[in-house]
Amino acid sequence: MSEHPHDHGHPHAAIEQTEPQGHYQYLADAVRELLIEKGVFTADEMRRAIEAMDARTPAQGARVVARAWVDPAYKARLLADGTAAVEELGIDMGPTKLVVVENTPNVHNVIVCTLCSCYPRMLLGLPPAWYKSRNYRSRTVIEPRAVLTEFGTRLPDDVDVRVHDSTADMRYLVLPMRPEGTGHMSEDELATLVTRDTMIGVAQVPSPS
Amino acid sequence: MNARFAPGERVSVDKRYPKKHCRTPYYIRGKTGVIERICGKFANPEELAYGRDGLPKRPLYRVRFRQTEVWSSYNGMDDDTVDIEIFEHWLKPASKGAKK
Repeated sequence: MSEHPHDHGHPHAAIEQTEPQGHYQYLADAVRELLIEKGVFTADEMRRAIEAMDARTPAQGARVVARAWVDPAYKARLLADGTAAVEELGIDMGPTKLVVVENTPNVHNVIVCTLCSCYPRMLLGLPPAWYKSRNYRSRTVIEPRAVLTEFGTRLPDDVDVRVHDSTADMRYLVLPMRPEGTGHMSEDELATLVTRDTMIGVAQVPSPS
Repeated sequence: MNARFAPGERVSVDKRYPKKHCRTPYYIRGKTGVIERICGKFANPEELAYGRDGLPKRPLYRVRFRQTEVWSSYNGMDDDTVDIEIFEHWLKPASKGAKK
């Protein structure tokens, strides 16, 4: 605990790391220090890379979905080759490839990575904590309908559930269904309706009315 | 690209358990599914994991499995599926007797 008075209206323990560092944390620290010492990159370059990673948001993915909703030719290209189609909008997938899977009245798609936490960071930013949890990762492949219900997404029996386990070099984006009552909305307005969870596939886009 | 399997073809996943890094989930080993698409060729993660170059690149597929075939106690619907990326060296043609 810090020695100076620390009172801002509510009591809490000092915000500091109390657990001892684990083996992998020591290893990561050592490798980072070596790379900086050997001049592979500077500490500031590393900080900037982390800052850029943290700055990505699901707005990128929402832009892609809204374009697909208003432009059938774009949607066809997106489903045929996701990597090339998002490049058209200036989004670089890096070394990974993008597969876009479309929700329809008969098919609902949901994304998981059972091995670790592969996630389309270029389009959605950093994954939420629950996406990385053992609970979500193990149960989504075994009982996807129960998991979806816990997210408030109850699917009728005649809708097929397609789980996509992101195990290697592909990254996945769900193209959610465009909701009713949005015929008058512009592409930019539509993009504001599309949230992170609808592009992972644990939720559907509700009608704005 | 020289890919051994074509979309629509039925394949079985090897049931083997090497004590090293691989990207084939335990739960799908020994199961039979259908090639959904060929993803392209990618460096072998079983080599990359140990600092090697992973070359030559290996064909990677998306394979679609019926959930009721993967989990004996699956309580969703019959047409529910799980798609998984699997490298060619983990796949073999499904034997005639294998269930869909």
